[in-house]
Amino acid sequence: MIHRECGVLKTTYEADMALYPLPIARWAVGGFAVLFFLVLPFSVHEYYLSIVNLVSISIVGALGLNILVGYTGQISIGHGAFMSVGAYTAANFAVRLGLPWPVNLLLGGLMAALVGAVVGVPSLRIKGLYLAIATLAGQLIIEWTINHVTFISGGVQASIQVPRPELFGVPIASQRQMYFLLLAFVVVALVGTMNLVRSRIGRAFIAIRDHDIAAEIIGINIFRYKLLAFAISSFYAGVTGVLYTYYLGIANYEQFQIVTSIDYLAMIIIGGLGSVLGSIFGAIFVTLLPILIRYAMEGFGGLVFSQGAVLNIIPNLRLILFGGLIIFFLVVEPEGLNRLWRNIRNYFRLWPFAY
Amino acid sequence: MSALLEIRDVSKTFGGVQAVTRLSLDVEPGAILSVIGPNGAGKTTLLNMISGFYHPDGGRIALEGEDITRVSPSHVARRGVARTFQNIALFKGMTVLDNLMLGRHVRMRSGVLASFVYWRLAQKEEVAHRKRVEDIIDFLRITHLRRVPTGALPYGLQKRVELGRALSLDPKILLLDEPMGGCNHEEKEDMARFILDVNEEWGATVILIEHDMGVVMDISDRVVVLDMGQKIAEGTPDEVRGDSDVIKAYLGESKAPGNGGVRG
Ligand SMILES: Nc1ncnc2c1ncn2[C@@H]1O[C@H](COP(=O)(O)OP(=O)(O)O)[C@@H](O)[C@H]1O
Ligand SMILES: [Mg+2]
Repeated sequence: MIHRECGVLKTTYEADMALYPLPIARWAVGGFAVLFFLVLPFSVHEYYLSIVNLVSISIVGALGLNILVGYTGQISIGHGAFMSVGAYTAANFAVRLGLPWPVNLLLGGLMAALVGAVVGVPSLRIKGLYLAIATLAGQLIIEWTINHVTFISGGVQASIQVPRPELFGVPIASQRQMYFLLLAFVVVALVGTMNLVRSRIGRAFIAIRDHDIAAEIIGINIFRYKLLAFAISSFYAGVTGVLYTYYLGIANYEQFQIVTSIDYLAMIIIGGLGSVLGSIFGAIFVTLLPILIRYAMEGFGGLVFSQGAVLNIIPNLRLILFGGLIIFFLVVEPEGLNRLWRNIRNYFRLWPFAY
Repeated sequence: MSALLEIRDVSKTFGGVQAVTRLSLDVEPGAILSVIGPNGAGKTTLLNMISGFYHPDGGRIALEGEDITRVSPSHVARRGVARTFQNIALFKGMTVLDNLMLGRHVRMRSGVLASFVYWRLAQKEEVAHRKRVEDIIDFLRITHLRRVPTGALPYGLQKRVELGRALSLDPKILLLDEPMGGCNHEEKEDMARFILDVNEEWGATVILIEHDMGVVMDISDRVVVLDMGQKIAEGTPDEVRGDSDVIKAYLGESKAPGNGGVRG
C-alpha cells in the first residue's frame, strides 16, 4: 500500500509538510538517484551524455523562469539576455582576474539578478503584453550592449574563451565529469526551488499571481516581491549562462539571443507553468525535440525533399513545431505536460478502485 | 484620550462623487464598532482609506499615533490591521491552509536563502506558524476543510475562511466589510459568535460593516451611521436606535433600524 495516501498517518507537522510525504514518492526519488548518479553516467556514450548535459543546463534555466512566469505571474522575454549577463560576467572574471569558477558562477548569477531586477522595474505598473514588450526591450538593449562594448565582449568575435573548470585540482575535461558537475546543480536548483515555492517567499509569489489586491492586504509588498521574483529568476538565468559557458568553453552572445528567451518560455509553457516537474519535462522536451527532428530529417527527409531543402527545413520545422506546441498548450492544456503526468499518477493513486 | 485609531476630517471624492465627506472617528482599543448606512453611503470607502487602498483627499488617519494617511496597504497590514472584503478576496486556487499561512506572512521572517535551504530555519518557522494556523482553523471549526481549495467552498464558508486569513495576522484591528452578507441565519449566528470571541478572547478591536441590524445592535459597543458620505450619528446601539436623523435616513430605504433586516 506504499503508493496510497489513505493508511499513511502523519503525526507531526514536519512529516505533514515534508516534500515527499508518501513512501512511494520517496522510493521513486531514491530510484531516480541511483539511475542518474550510478547507472546513466556509466552506461551511456559520451556523445549522449553531452546531450544530457544540455538538458541539465536547461533545467536550471527553466526552473528559474518558471519561478517568475509560472509562480509569480510575470512575463519575461529577456531571459536569454540575463543568461548572457551571467556568461560574460563569469568569463570576464575568469580571464581578467583568473578567479576560480565557483566564484565566477556566483558573480555571474548575482550580476544577472541585478540586471534582471532592473529590467523588472516596469512590472510594478504594467502587466501582460506590455511587460513582455518591456522585457523584450531589455533583451535587445543587453544584446546590443554586449555586442558593442568591447570591454565586456572581449573584441571582434564578441566571445571569450574560459579555462576548464577544476574540482579539487582535477580539470573537468570529459562530458562524464561535466555530467556530474551539472547534475549537482540540477539537484540544488530542484530542491531549492521546491523549498522556495512551499515556504514564505514562494507563497507570496503565488499570492501575487493569483490575487494581487488580496496579496497586498495581507501585507505583501507587491513591488518588492515582483522585483525579488525577477532577481531570483534572473539569478538562475545567470547561473545557466555561466554553466553553458563552461560547458562550451566559451562565452558567446549568439547563444543567448531572443530565440533562447523564446525556447525557455516554450519549455515552461509546454512542460507546465507553475510546476517544478513541468520545468523538467519542458527542458527535456525542448532540448531533445530539435535533435530528434534533425535525425529524422537527415534520415528520412531525403525521401521526400531534395538534400538542400532538408537543410533549410530543419531549423524552420523546429520553429513551426515549437510555435504550434506553445499555442496548443496555452489554449488547450495550460498546465502542460505536467498535467498529463498528473492524470496518469492520479489514476494509479486510487488504483484499483477507480472511483 | 488615546484612541487606537484616529480619523480626522477625511474626505474622498471619485470624479465628482463625494464618497466620504469630512469624517472624523475615534476607535478605542478593544471596541467593536459597527458602521452602518445605506448602500453607497461610503462605508467601504472608509475601510479602503484605513487599509491604505485609497488615500484621502484631505484629513488624517493615525494608528497608535503614527500617521498612516498615505502609506501602502502592505504597510498598514504590517502595523497589525487585517481585513476582509465585501465580495471575498481569497486565493481561490489555494487550500484553506495555504490561505491562512499566507495570512501570517507579516509575522514570518524567512528570506530567500532560508526558504531556498528550508532545512532548519525555514522549516522551524513553518511548523511554528502552522501551529498557530491550526489553532485558528480549530477555532473556526473548519478542520475538515484544511486541504480544500477555497474556490470550491460554499459562499458562507468562504467568508469564514477569509475571516481566518485575517485572524492569522494576529490583528490589533480587524476590518470586516459585510462578513455576513449573503449568509443564511445560522451562518450569521456563527459569524457573530466568532467576532465576539475574537474581540473578547484575543483582544482584537473590530470595525464592522453590517446591514443586519439585529446583529449590529447585539454585538456592537458603538455604532456609527453614515449617509451620503457623512457621519449622521454615533453612539451606543441604544442611542443610535433612538436617533431621529437615523430613522429619517433609513425611512426611504425600508423601516427604522432595530426592527432588523434593513438592507441597502
Ligand atoms: N473606486 C471607485 N471609483 C468610483 N466611485 C467609487 C469608487 N469606490 C466607491 N465609489 C463611490 O463612492 C460612493 C460610496 O461607495 P462605497 O464606499 O462603496 O459605499 P458603501 O460601502 O457604503 O455601500 C458610491 O457612490 C460609489 O459609487
Ligand atoms: Mg460597501
